[in-house]
Amino acid sequence: MALAENIRSPQLYLQSLSRWRPTEIAFWLATLLPFFVAANYLSLASQIAITALFALSLDLILGYAGVVSLGHAAFFGVGAYSAGLISKYGWGEPLTGLVMSGFIAGFVGYLTSFIIARFRHLARIMLTLGLGLLLAELANSAGWLTGGMDGLQGIHMWPLLSSFKFDLYGYTAYAYALAVLFLLFLGARRLIHSPFGLALRGIRENWTRMPAIGAESRSHIRTVYTIAAAMAGVSGALLAQTTETVSLDSLGFERSAEILVMLVLGGAGRLYGGLIGAIIFMVARDQFSGIQPQYWYFWIGVLLVVVVMFLPNGVLGGLSKLQARWSRR
Amino acid sequence: MLPPVAGVLFDGFAYGMLLFLLSVGQSVTLGMMNFINLAHCAFAMLGGYVAVILVNTLGWPFFAVLPVAFFAAAAASVVVERVFYRRLYRATDLDQVLLTIGITFISVAVAAYLFTTAQQPIQLPSYLRQSIEVLGLRLAVYRLILIALALVTTGLLVAALEYTRFGAQVRAAVDNERMARGLGIDVDRTFAITFALGSGLAGLGGALAIEIVGLDPSFAFTYLVYVLIVVSVGGLGSIRGSFAAAAVLGISDIAGKYYVPSLGAFLIYLVMISLLMWRPTGLFGRR
Amino acid sequence: MSAIALATRGLSKSFGSLAVARDIELELPVGARYALIGPNGAGKTTLINLMTGMLAPNAGRIFLGDEDITTFEPQDRVRRGLARTFQINTLFAGLNALEAVTLAVCERRGISGQFWKNIAVHGEAIDEAYAILARLKLGDACYQPTRELPYGRQRLLEIALALATKPRVLLLDEPAAGVPPEESGEIFEVVAGLSQDLTLLFIEHDMHVVFRFATHIIVLVGGSVFTEGSPKEIAADPGVREVYLGTRKHG
Repeated sequence: MALAENIRSPQLYLQSLSRWRPTEIAFWLATLLPFFVAANYLSLASQIAITALFALSLDLILGYAGVVSLGHAAFFGVGAYSAGLISKYGWGEPLTGLVMSGFIAGFVGYLTSFIIARFRHLARIMLTLGLGLLLAELANSAGWLTGGMDGLQGIHMWPLLSSFKFDLYGYTAYAYALAVLFLLFLGARRLIHSPFGLALRGIRENWTRMPAIGAESRSHIRTVYTIAAAMAGVSGALLAQTTETVSLDSLGFERSAEILVMLVLGGAGRLYGGLIGAIIFMVARDQFSGIQPQYWYFWIGVLLVVVVMFLPNGVLGGLSKLQARWSRR
Repeated sequence: MLPPVAGVLFDGFAYGMLLFLLSVGQSVTLGMMNFINLAHCAFAMLGGYVAVILVNTLGWPFFAVLPVAFFAAAAASVVVERVFYRRLYRATDLDQVLLTIGITFISVAVAAYLFTTAQQPIQLPSYLRQSIEVLGLRLAVYRLILIALALVTTGLLVAALEYTRFGAQVRAAVDNERMARGLGIDVDRTFAITFALGSGLAGLGGALAIEIVGLDPSFAFTYLVYVLIVVSVGGLGSIRGSFAAAAVLGISDIAGKYYVPSLGAFLIYLVMISLLMWRPTGLFGRR
Repeated sequence: MSAIALATRGLSKSFGSLAVARDIELELPVGARYALIGPNGAGKTTLINLMTGMLAPNAGRIFLGDEDITTFEPQDRVRRGLARTFQINTLFAGLNALEAVTLAVCERRGISGQFWKNIAVHGEAIDEAYAILARLKLGDACYQPTRELPYGRQRLLEIALALATKPRVLLLDEPAAGVPPEESGEIFEVVAGLSQDLTLLFIEHDMHVVFRFATHIIVLVGGSVFTEGSPKEIAADPGVREVYLGTRKHG
């Protein structure tokens, strides 16, 4: 097989790591299914695509750099409110609004990254929590800007690319969300297979060794945190644009906790973990939407306990273990 | 005549004492094993609901209920520690966070199922609802008792740490776990006992909290944030630190609500972030 | 008169009342093969931690060549050519050897911030990493995750990671620690084969190894330099023998 070839060329080996696998191609083809098969689920599909992008952004900092964040929804919310406000105050063009919102969220991420990169362990977790709660409080108090409890009103998006109106059925919305997700996914995939991606994994694997090989770990964390914030902001902006509403729960602790659950469910540090987790979680929530909220949280709790005790690398981790056992036969 | 600020200080200090009871166990166990237990306030909530059942439904006197709340929470924590926590002492921060959040979600859901999401009032004897007048200031009897209880508890804890053999083992384990093991101290057992005690105190705090801040299933998360702030600002493993941080936090929170209500919880988060950035291991912490 | 590669002047460190380094004066000339020995708890690893910046001294200065690096961050010292290995394996368990050394090479070349380029594009860096691994006889195992490597090879990988930073001064903390005697020879062959321009200071307990490879020995006891000299001088010194074997211990 290619094994002999690998031994001759380490470069080819590293290249083979970033080759597209058939399962990946199948996955992305499958994302086109909702257009043909399940047209009445298109709005759910948009929600899933948006959430998947948000989960992917968390995977970059958590799964790859090892930064546990309990406040990542802050950037989602900043992106959502930015997109909403940009539209409300006259500029309804979706793509430029999206890019601007991403920049704003990325900028906020850049500023907070200086704080986050300086600490570790409990202090860092608390800082992410505190910063997220702080932003949520700010949004709550600044009702004149955000609409407070009532949410942001008056968002109206212009047609996408000047021709595709955001229709009631959700075709445009899903196409838009899916395209943005795929594009940013490609970017994340490239990042993971870059020298920077390797450095992030080094930080996660052994924090102590990094300075000993001359690495500036804090600078790397600042960079990835900014990128992840921008990505989360884009996903928030997508939500604002496709649903034409923004509410306070886009910034809340519940949203930060949920996205963490989804990522861990799918398996962090595996690029697709957030996407898989988002799909499973959102589909389950849609199916069980009749249930009282307290039952829902009961099962989330059980899920978390089960995942930690038995499936520490999430669904994808469990699958790859099965695959390894199968191929050893 | 004392100015209104004295009233704010009194209420704030009482609130701080409540936070102290809720937090001190978390601080010591975190300092000892670095185990991040986000389910800590679920035990507090358990103590609260036990108190509610005993007082409202079974008519027990309030003071008799307090030790039961303590022991119920302590017993529950022993079970949880045996079944789950024990396996995760060497696990990553993330795994500990996730497991304990999961346990909290489960307990919140169970509480909502059993008791609904409504606020639970507690039927206190009338003398506890009164105030006495000191230097022109009306001081609530309940808050005075809360402060007294907290101070007595602090005294007992500090004395136990300084003068008992168990206390010495706790101090050794917090200071340097590996060396403590090397000296033959059964750190796991020390931790299990400390954990039970800390959770018991949280349960006591939960029972006492009903009259001050109310009780509903969201208690487990709302007060978790405050507890974590007290613990991280005060310094892991430090009773002094928890006391100081809880007092500061309690007074800031009450003062903030009194003088600048529009700021809301904003002030607390800002104070925490600033303090953590200045001293990431807490005011009295090490490492 | 050979140039000094690494020097410490009056280096001291205490934790409260516990002094772990007392007024240490050291000079390593370029190309030196110095050994640092001493009983357990003498402060040998502490000294390396002070030199590399993992610990901040209470007093004293550290010089790398002519440059005062006392206030430099650890990664800056590495960039200026001071590298170390750890006594306990401090490796990237989930990365394979090729990835780990390539990471170190990329960091040195300043390209690890390039998140927009596939790593396979950097052929030179990868080849350099592979060459280091091949030199340490790790080439055939370089695709296995580090945690699956046998212990002796992990110790070699420790050295490979340090070499990838192209150091001028290399501090080895018990490079053969825990390795069975049959395999430790291999590690020291590797060390012996290192360039003569490279300045080495190694902590070691095995006196055979010390006498074979070191040109100069420094004896550390209780945080201060007890004595230093050529291997013959140290072997003959009764004070050294007593420090290691003596029943009358002090401190």
